[in-house]
Amino acid sequence: MTLVSEASGPSTADPFLSVRDLRVHFATDDGVVRAVDGLSFDVGRGRTLGIVGESGSGKSVTNLAILGLHDRTRTTLAGEIVLDGQELLTARERELERLRGSKMAMIFQDALASLSPYHTVGRQIAETYAKHTGASRRESRARAVEMLRRVGIPQPTARADDYPHQFSGGMRQRVMIAMALACDPQLLIADEPTTALDVTVQAQILDLLGDLQQEFGTSIVFITHDLGVISRMADDILVMYAGRAVERGTRREVLRTPQHPYTWGLLGSMPTLNAPVDVPLSPIPGTPPSLLDPPAGCRFEPRCAFREQVPAGRCASRRPHLPRTAGHGAACHLTAAQRVEYHADYVGANPG
Amino acid sequence: MFRFILRRTFSALMILLVISAITFVLFYVAPRDPARSACGKLCTPETLALVRRNLGIDDPLPLQYWHWLAGVFVGRDYAGLGHCSAPCLGYSFTNHEPVLGLITNRFPTTLSLTLGSAVVFVVLGVGTGMLAAVKQGRALDKIASSISLVGSSLQIYIVGVVAMYYLSDQWGILPRPQDSVGFSQDPVAWFKGLLLPWFVLAIIFTANYTRMTRSQLVESLAEDYVRTARAKGLSRRTVFFRFAWRGAMGPIVTILGLDIGYLLGGAIITEETFGLHGIGALSIKAVRDNDLPLLLGVVLVAAAAIVVANIVVDAVYALIDPRIRLA
Repeated sequence: MTLVSEASGPSTADPFLSVRDLRVHFATDDGVVRAVDGLSFDVGRGRTLGIVGESGSGKSVTNLAILGLHDRTRTTLAGEIVLDGQELLTARERELERLRGSKMAMIFQDALASLSPYHTVGRQIAETYAKHTGASRRESRARAVEMLRRVGIPQPTARADDYPHQFSGGMRQRVMIAMALACDPQLLIADEPTTALDVTVQAQILDLLGDLQQEFGTSIVFITHDLGVISRMADDILVMYAGRAVERGTRREVLRTPQHPYTWGLLGSMPTLNAPVDVPLSPIPGTPPSLLDPPAGCRFEPRCAFREQVPAGRCASRRPHLPRTAGHGAACHLTAAQRVEYHADYVGANPG
Repeated sequence: MFRFILRRTFSALMILLVISAITFVLFYVAPRDPARSACGKLCTPETLALVRRNLGIDDPLPLQYWHWLAGVFVGRDYAGLGHCSAPCLGYSFTNHEPVLGLITNRFPTTLSLTLGSAVVFVVLGVGTGMLAAVKQGRALDKIASSISLVGSSLQIYIVGVVAMYYLSDQWGILPRPQDSVGFSQDPVAWFKGLLLPWFVLAIIFTANYTRMTRSQLVESLAEDYVRTARAKGLSRRTVFFRFAWRGAMGPIVTILGLDIGYLLGGAIITEETFGLHGIGALSIKAVRDNDLPLLLGVVLVAAAAIVVANIVVDAVYALIDPRIRLA
């Protein structure tokens, strides 16, 4: 695959993270689940990539693959994941252990379940730091307190000795962030970090992540199904559907001039405050396909309102690819002119 | 912590009080003359009269219970037999000895049997369970699960007899089980004498611990915080012992505590199979002889063991899991 190197995303001449044709398949009793099936994207240094898609679209599976956290006995991984020049899929477990928590770190959605209930938060942060820096117990503890202070936890010295269940939801997510950033990782993967939080706390956490990114120059992969969060955080957006990327572009491009019918649907099903209240939301009809036996062509084809516009049933028979050239693009058989026309129609028909 | 111990000790005493009363009543419902059987085989009319008086058979039931209960706290005088000092659990006429003395004589055997066996089944059971969990779904897991299924359906009185026949009588690898030598007298003889009973008694428990450890670990290995620990870059070994095992051990410790409590009440079948003289053999004797004071004594020992085990388990659980507060 010589062409793939040209397939970098927008403004990423030197991508820090580069994923190429990633496939993550799980063997189950019912057959092989193709959770991620040919996914490529890039994340530039210091930039934030927002990955959007509904549940089961393969967002989280992708990010667990980057960290190498899938159980290899039950998972088939193929493709390439290159982090700062280093191939991760073929890396040894020891090497991955060295990178995890130091060069790349992850924030999970449910901080209560994701933090150990058996250890104080101070210890959980300190142990990451000690593992990767070889720092002494005292130094690590001091680092933990410093991180807690930096993520805005009041009285960090005292609170370091508390257990996760003694914190509120928002504070717990801050602890999670402190833990992830303890070793100044260059890549931070945030898997729906604000989904479980109420809106004001969500805003605080997003601000915090933004500030910390400014401070550390971290590249962030931000996974969410919340377009509001994406529009606030992301520099670039990748829209995923049923284990594949359907659209890619800068935040502005994807949100203002979306090209893929699925993206139109996603945007159309998002409530906005300035829309008239009597206009109903327009959800996408149908449900995502089974990943045990996905459609042969475009995976969105069974739900797509525009499949008749493409001649010869190509939507059902041939897989559309994202353009390999950089910039805004969609994996769709509609022509550029059709996309513009039908998007205008779609917005006209579904003003919500 | 102090309030916890105080409160639980009080409720433990209440439980023991109720249990002793129930045992008392149940005993008198049985259609046998306790005095006649307490008197023994060579019973003279004089002895029978003495026993009747000392047992207080002719008093109303509540009064008899009251005498027994008072004896526990302040001691009791037995006409013609002398004083039984507090805590007096009664006097066993069939054995011509105070109940407490009988129990304290037998208890070391039961304690040795219980703790030795617990070491065996915890090491074997938890160890195998850990291996099975780590090798989930693979050959080792399936072998361990099958063996544990077979193990849990074995019976002590068959395995014990067969093992004794071959290991001691035929091959002479181990001495015949015995409990006449205490640990303090000759640790090596004590160890050899109990080795066989430990392993045989452990067989039925090992399987349980294997299955429990495996299922608890399979569950806790799938916990989000275990994944987080991996995502931090900790090694598999650290993640396994510091996180997954920590999450799995709570229920295992609970069951272990209750099993030990249960075994301290006497392992009747094991003791009978190997001819050991612990609390279990003593309870059989008490039932056979219709010996109320002795029966009450062994029932209370068994009950106390379970009640204390419960308290210890709760305290240990709180140590393992900081989310649990003792109150």
